[in-house]
Amino acid sequence: MTVLSAHDLSVSKRDRLLFDKVNFTVVQGELLYIRGPNGAGKTSLLRVLTGLVEADEGQVQFLGEDIKQIRDSYYSQLIYFGHNLGVNTSLSGVENLKFWCQLHQIDVAEQEIYRVLASLSLIGLEDLPVGNLSAGQQRRVALARFWLKSSAVLWILDEPFTALDAEGIALLRERLLQHLAQQGSVIMTSHQLLDIDYPTKELVLEYRI
Amino acid sequence: MWKWLHPYAKTERAYQLCQTLFPWFALSALVSFSGGLMWGLAFAPTDYQQGDSFRIIYIHVPSAILSMSAYAAMAIAAFIGLVWQVRTTFMAMMALAPIGATITFIALFTGAAWGKPMWGTWWVWDARLTSELILLFLYLGVISLYKSFEDKQQAGKAAGVMALVGVVNLPVIHYSVEWWNTLHQGATITKFGKPSIAPEMLWPLLLSLLGLALVMAAIFLLRMQNEILRREIHRPWVVALVNGQIDKTAGQK
Amino acid sequence: MNGPLRALLKRDLALAYRQRAELMQPMMFFLLVISLFPLGIGPSPDTLQKVGPGVIWVAAILASLLGMERLFRDDYQDGSLEQLILSSTPLPLVALVKVFSHWLSSILPLLVLSPLLALFLNLSLEMYWTLLQTLLLGTPLLSLVGAIAVGLTVGLNRGGVLLALLLLPMFIPLLIFATSAVEAASMQLQYHAQLAFIGAMLLFSLALAPFAIAYALRVSQN
Repeated sequence: MTVLSAHDLSVSKRDRLLFDKVNFTVVQGELLYIRGPNGAGKTSLLRVLTGLVEADEGQVQFLGEDIKQIRDSYYSQLIYFGHNLGVNTSLSGVENLKFWCQLHQIDVAEQEIYRVLASLSLIGLEDLPVGNLSAGQQRRVALARFWLKSSAVLWILDEPFTALDAEGIALLRERLLQHLAQQGSVIMTSHQLLDIDYPTKELVLEYRI
Repeated sequence: MWKWLHPYAKTERAYQLCQTLFPWFALSALVSFSGGLMWGLAFAPTDYQQGDSFRIIYIHVPSAILSMSAYAAMAIAAFIGLVWQVRTTFMAMMALAPIGATITFIALFTGAAWGKPMWGTWWVWDARLTSELILLFLYLGVISLYKSFEDKQQAGKAAGVMALVGVVNLPVIHYSVEWWNTLHQGATITKFGKPSIAPEMLWPLLLSLLGLALVMAAIFLLRMQNEILRREIHRPWVVALVNGQIDKTAGQK
Repeated sequence: MNGPLRALLKRDLALAYRQRAELMQPMMFFLLVISLFPLGIGPSPDTLQKVGPGVIWVAAILASLLGMERLFRDDYQDGSLEQLILSSTPLPLVALVKVFSHWLSSILPLLVLSPLLALFLNLSLEMYWTLLQTLLLGTPLLSLVGAIAVGLTVGLNRGGVLLALLLLPMFIPLLIFATSAVEAASMQLQYHAQLAFIGAMLLFSLALAPFAIAYALRVSQN
């Protein structure tokens, strides 16, 4: 079943056409890997898919319906992991995640949040202001969302492996495979070569002048 | 009903339209504005109370009226752009903005200059002058906001929102300043009063008004063309246009 | 619906408390600016009482402008704003809650400081009472309209002065009616009309501003 589909998407940024008439579909259990050089528009494409940015032309459909019409139900089944972590540096990891869960109406016990953070090797750091953690640790706090919102069918990730050490990469990779095995879908970009043992669909964006 | 307007949402058609219209507007502007001014400045009868110094109304009144209509036009363009997501209307809005700001400044300047023979001072906090001053700030605010963004599409939307907020506030500002002025009225008479105006003075005024509007429109058409070219410089049709011009001048040599 | 919004309010208030050093700045600015006036125009009690309402209101407007920048700045920069937009909570309500929590943490302290300032500028008791009413009705209006411009400029690097340029003309009607109310009170006249007008402007912005703020935030995401 098609989860997300893009129809004739055209996006320009700063009056420069990034890409024109892009079409693709993502079905359940599929991993779409978007590749291209810097400035090709990968981040912009992801943001258009989430609805944060409007495309000049074209449409994005989630489960066959225009995302602009079904925002609420789309967002309840989406997790977006962008360049900015979405984590406030003055609050602790637990506070950040508790707030995020309340915001997305996820009913989860505090114990569960602690457990997830522990499994991400953040034991003892859960109650410190996130600003006191290293870049990689901050990233792990943000990544915890993927363990907490299990109702999310579609994951959109923008360069998620950046600043992660080998252990972090392994944890995320394992979670990705788990999600895909459960018929979840993933769209992601990455600068590193994607070292994942799973059939990957690719979309290549080119740099246009 | 508005389907005939749709093609002009494309910048290429809009550019061609501006090019076609410009000579007509320029010519009629020249005729009517210089006609109106000459009539008013040289041929209209001298005012009973103010002598010849009243003649500045032939510049002041049209510019004051048009300063507000230009802002209203910007707000309409902003509304259309925001609701129907048309990029070209934002370009039009920003092409118009500096023209409106300049006209507002002219209105302020001529209004203040009129004050000198009237009350012996270069500036008073008269209700209408104060309102014009605030209008100038509104224009400058929208222009500064537009210039602060690198992404001009984003800039257009942001400036559009601000123009709309401004247009909603404008009546409130205008009437509150008028009311404020009545509270603080000094001993002197502060009137650009509203006496009935003689027809010999009215017609040149109306002609100057029409003329100034046409002048602004002509300048707008030029600025709009520039704005379109600036923004669309990567498009094939612009490249072809520029190449065509180069070939023409090369051929002429 | 209540859950996420209440969580947002609690979080914003908790954050404000943790950043309370930054919150002191508008308050101190308010105090300082007002203290400058006796120094600048002489300490004569009658003069101070005459200019008092205008001075306090101008200073309040400037102090709120100073504090307004932090309304969306941190959330924009760390990506929390994105996550807010991507939750199913309606963005206009999010905007309303954020403006409210900002008003509580940044503007209400200015009101708490106002008796002291009334003392500095020799305002009579009736004048002060009227001033307080105008502040209570008018400062939320400042926050609501201001938030629109803050939302538009949140992505810009140096939005500060631009913010002032955009917003000060919009605040002029409020300034006129608020100071006129206090002056009327000083002359033992009725001032209900002025308060009613401010109230009307407040209700109008309460109805429309959240949508404008939400739109402004979306424009900044581009």
